Amino acid sequence: MHRIDRCFEELARARRKALCAYLCIGDPSLEESEALALAAVEAGADLLELGVPFSDPTADGPTIARAAERAIASGATLTRVIEVASRLRARVEAPLVLFSYYNPILVTGEERVVALAAEAGIDALLVVDLPPEEAGPLRSLAASRGLGVVPLLAPTSDPARVEAVRRASAPPPGAPRGFVYAISMTGVTGANPSDLSSVSETAEALRSAFGLPVLLGFGIDSGESAKLAAGAPGAGADGVIVGTAIVKRIERGNTTEERASGVRALVSELRAALG
Amino acid sequence: MVSTPATPGYFGRYGGRFVAETLVPALEELSRAVEEIVPSRAFQDELGALLASYVGRPTPITMAHRFARAVDPDGKSIASLLLKREDLCHTGAHKINNALGQVLLARAMGKERIIAETGAGQHGVATATAAALLGLPCEVYQGALDMERQAPNVARMRLLGARVVPVTSGSRTLKDAMNEALRDWVTNVRSTYYCVGSAAGPHPYPTLVANLQRVIGDEARAQCLAMGGLPDAVVACVGGGSNAIGIFKPFIDQDPDVALYGIEAAGHGLDTERHAATLSRGRIGVLHGARTYVLCDDAGQVQEAHSISAGLDYPGVGPEHASLRDTSRASYLAATDEEALEAVRRVARTEGILIALETAHAFAALGEVARREAEARGRPARLLVCVSGRGDKDLGTIMDRTGEG
Repeated sequence: MHRIDRCFEELARARRKALCAYLCIGDPSLEESEALALAAVEAGADLLELGVPFSDPTADGPTIARAAERAIASGATLTRVIEVASRLRARVEAPLVLFSYYNPILVTGEERVVALAAEAGIDALLVVDLPPEEAGPLRSLAASRGLGVVPLLAPTSDPARVEAVRRASAPPPGAPRGFVYAISMTGVTGANPSDLSSVSETAEALRSAFGLPVLLGFGIDSGESAKLAAGAPGAGADGVIVGTAIVKRIERGNTTEERASGVRALVSELRAALG
Repeated sequence: MVSTPATPGYFGRYGGRFVAETLVPALEELSRAVEEIVPSRAFQDELGALLASYVGRPTPITMAHRFARAVDPDGKSIASLLLKREDLCHTGAHKINNALGQVLLARAMGKERIIAETGAGQHGVATATAAALLGLPCEVYQGALDMERQAPNVARMRLLGARVVPVTSGSRTLKDAMNEALRDWVTNVRSTYYCVGSAAGPHPYPTLVANLQRVIGDEARAQCLAMGGLPDAVVACVGGGSNAIGIFKPFIDQDPDVALYGIEAAGHGLDTERHAATLSRGRIGVLHGARTYVLCDDAGQVQEAHSISAGLDYPGVGPEHASLRDTSRASYLAATDEEALEAVRRVARTEGILIALETAHAFAALGEVARREAEARGRPARLLVCVSGRGDKDLGTIMDRTGEG
């Protein structure tokens, strides 16, 4: 069984909600991102989303956009992020999801990216501006190397769209089943959600439509909001994805130690709240 | 691959819809509106009436003898030079054709609010104008750097009732304004209409904008025929490429013998890093929702474009131009900042027309276009140029650079 599917199976068995931590790799440096990712896992993150910085992150709010600018300035590129993933893979068992915009993948070369990612031990790709209609070639390439491509749904996705995404993103043979990324609000990352109280119902509907675990992301920044979004044990979402709040802790720290302890504190708080 | 000619939103291998999932339903809604509302009698009648009574269409064609002679003193390469005068549109540029059409569409779709991005400010002014006319609130994103460079247009937008939002991220120019407009749209997608200013962006925008700008080419083609025949070549400046695709459109399939030339901004020169010549020097990528040529580095990071003209310094280009380039149906050349400034001066002094710096790039390449066409045809060529806009907004830039008006 693929690492990512095994992870969700174990979480389900333990009746535990998944916690996925997003880091913009290269912010503040490639070396430190590696250490921060390890800190997140040690503090209780079950999955890691390794963000490839992009110059024009249209789905992200100002916090992650600033992180991307810092990361690009520090020399982070798609291939260097994959190198970080490879070093992390040697030290953690947590599934690694490579998060990117499409242009770095297209320009680096889809085949090359998939090959490098597979060799590095990355488990899935998440491409925020690549709707399933445009993702066919990448999905086939990824499947041939045992990688998944994570489908995204939004609050604007009506039932017909949910069905279209489900059909277009069914995991091909050889790919992990993976999970569905449910965007919890119409907006960019890091915005204040108007209402997280009903998103766990949305997540449940998506889980029954896809037959896959559903993680909720966008607007989750504390133990309280994580708990509210995820819903009751055994119901609601299968877990949450937290990005901007982690990036803010990193941004606020003045030293390597301050940044690491900030990440550890937040991830521990989220872990404790999620149960 | 999604590249058959029948695939909606694709021009060869270019175009498509590369956006966050949140926006896909909005783009589907817009596609349906483009198919159902735009061709309807009611919509076309209202748009047609406004284009005539408000915009001032059809715009005239002007013969430019003195400029032609200045470019070609011995008359060996230019037989005639015709100018399609979009600078005479209300608000001073072709942008109003598109803005008016899209804001009418937004109203018909029941949207409550208009947003737009702008570089030089011409599209912002056009959108603010259309929104004022139709009574819809309007917000325009503009790079902070462009707001400095184009202060008169910022004042115009505000006077028209629009809120101008300064964008301070990235290069603080058009691409960042477009990023910010997309973020606004992701957040307010249900109530807001995003009026895209060029034939770029995700499907259906490149098709919608090209069809709204096609009026330039349709008129020009008929006017040329009435004046004795089709031109040998049509020339227009290309940033995102909306005036160019508008004037090219009727000629693309109908008149294969009419050559099409798009002129990009070479900035400080094509061999420097300071230019905006996406089709001449870019690579295939994805920017702002479409697969097209993009100025970006080996890692896929989009580079800052440079042009003396704020309206041309965009690191992407409309996907239909990318396809016309690959099929060689159109040729793309480039003119530098200096060449554009010289063209502004020369057109002003020979024809009494103060053209926009964007437009000046098209004029700057006319000598080269004329030489190519005359050589290929064995006789002096008849040229048609799109005067995409007037130059009042650029006076500050021109004075700074040349010390004269």
